[in-house]
Amino acid sequence: MSGALGKDLLGLEPLSAEQIKLILDTAEPFKEISERAIKKVPTLRGSTIVNLFFENSTRTRISFEFAEKRLSADPVNVSATGSSVSKGETLVDTARNLEAMRIDMVVIRHGSSGAAQFLAERIKSNVINAGDGMHEHPTQGLLDLLTLRDHFGGLAGKRVCICGDVLHSRVARSNIWGLRKVGAEVAVCGPRSLLPSAIEELGVTVFDHIEDAIEWADALNVLRLQIERMTGGYIPSLREYNRVFGVTRDRLARAPRDVLILHPGPMNRGVEIDSDVADGDHSVILDQVTNGIAIRMAVLYLLAGGNPTLAESAKAAAR
Amino acid sequence: MPSRDSTLLDTRAVERTLKRMADEILELTGGTDDLVLVGIQRRGVQLADRLVDLISASETVRVPRGALDITLYRDDLQTVGPRPVVGRTDLPWELDHRKVVIVDDVLYTGRTVRAALDELADFGRPARIALAVLIDRGGRELPIHADIVGKKVDVESGDRVDVLLEEVDGKTCVVVSRADSA
Repeated sequence: MSGALGKDLLGLEPLSAEQIKLILDTAEPFKEISERAIKKVPTLRGSTIVNLFFENSTRTRISFEFAEKRLSADPVNVSATGSSVSKGETLVDTARNLEAMRIDMVVIRHGSSGAAQFLAERIKSNVINAGDGMHEHPTQGLLDLLTLRDHFGGLAGKRVCICGDVLHSRVARSNIWGLRKVGAEVAVCGPRSLLPSAIEELGVTVFDHIEDAIEWADALNVLRLQIERMTGGYIPSLREYNRVFGVTRDRLARAPRDVLILHPGPMNRGVEIDSDVADGDHSVILDQVTNGIAIRMAVLYLLAGGNPTLAESAKAAAR
Repeated sequence: MPSRDSTLLDTRAVERTLKRMADEILELTGGTDDLVLVGIQRRGVQLADRLVDLISASETVRVPRGALDITLYRDDLQTVGPRPVVGRTDLPWELDHRKVVIVDDVLYTGRTVRAALDELADFGRPARIALAVLIDRGGRELPIHADIVGKKVDVESGDRVDVLLEEVDGKTCVVVSRADSA
């Protein structure tokens, strides 16, 4: 199957601004389905979707599963532990075996950058990247864009600063690609040890002080400090990090305008973000979670789709 | 390929037809109590709006109007795929025990109405569902009929029947485009 997005969704870098807008526009009416008493439409009835999670995930996997079930697809969850992967089976062998069971789509999360593309090039099923190493997490980027667009009414010219552990963040890369394509201004802020070298080449401004970032931004996307990925001494201590880079109520109070607060979760409260900010009036963190299901429904729907022109004429003919 | 166009209904004829349909809706449903008009996206919604205006002019009650987008309930996703952008379904009230009149512009195979019935069932259990269409062009593929028909027309399967509305198309009329048999 392939549709308006092509066969796979591997990242936001390869998408055009029009394709990103199409996904966001398609997600809008899907929000309504989650408000219904019966939260289900028959669109993907009969489709089997494998959620292939080689890394631990709670919210992304559940969000995809909700999206799949609300479109009436049949999801199958496979995690690395407890599967043949733990016996040494390769990624491709795992996927080919699943495909031999006549599946339609694979949602993959993997610790290695490029794993989703590697898989997509070798199997016929649609592949959706649910996070690959430090590369991209496209559906998270899209739900962030949708949440920002909902709030601001548009994205062009809006200033979004991505704060914190940009180095280890696939969310940051998807955000940077996606936001820049739709005309937003993007900055990053964090300790230099947690920013990729030459990050400016992606077209972003770099702030070394969180106060400067807050003064500049319409929205802050505060990233989780990925402590589990930090094998070296990236920061002196969590306390020190909070003191210098933490997004706190006092710092936001000095901002020249209201600053929207996003966080992809899970949060380290009291480290990169304080609780009263995370739960405050300008936080849209729970909206991000809600929008995540709509975005994933839209992506599944568009990847499963056929030729839009054919669909239009078929609609006229089938009244 | 369509070659001979003819106007089946002009603006005045569409207005007269809708007036009669509004009266027939009230007759069929026994008044405006618990009545809801639900237009199928896209021109069904504009037609439902016009019918609501006509009903409120005679009954001094404004009947609620909902919108139904059946895209996600189509039975042909696997063969032709979806529309790229899904329209909006808007049914902000309980449908249980209501009298629902589905409104659409053209009734042809009946597959859109089947999808609409499936979608309505996900929102509740109306006391009654009726179907009102401006044009019934025949050619049914499912056992579905309209309760209220503005105009019935017999056309060949290759012919087109297009309802144009001021709100969407800048003019109001119904045009039949006959396929060229030559």
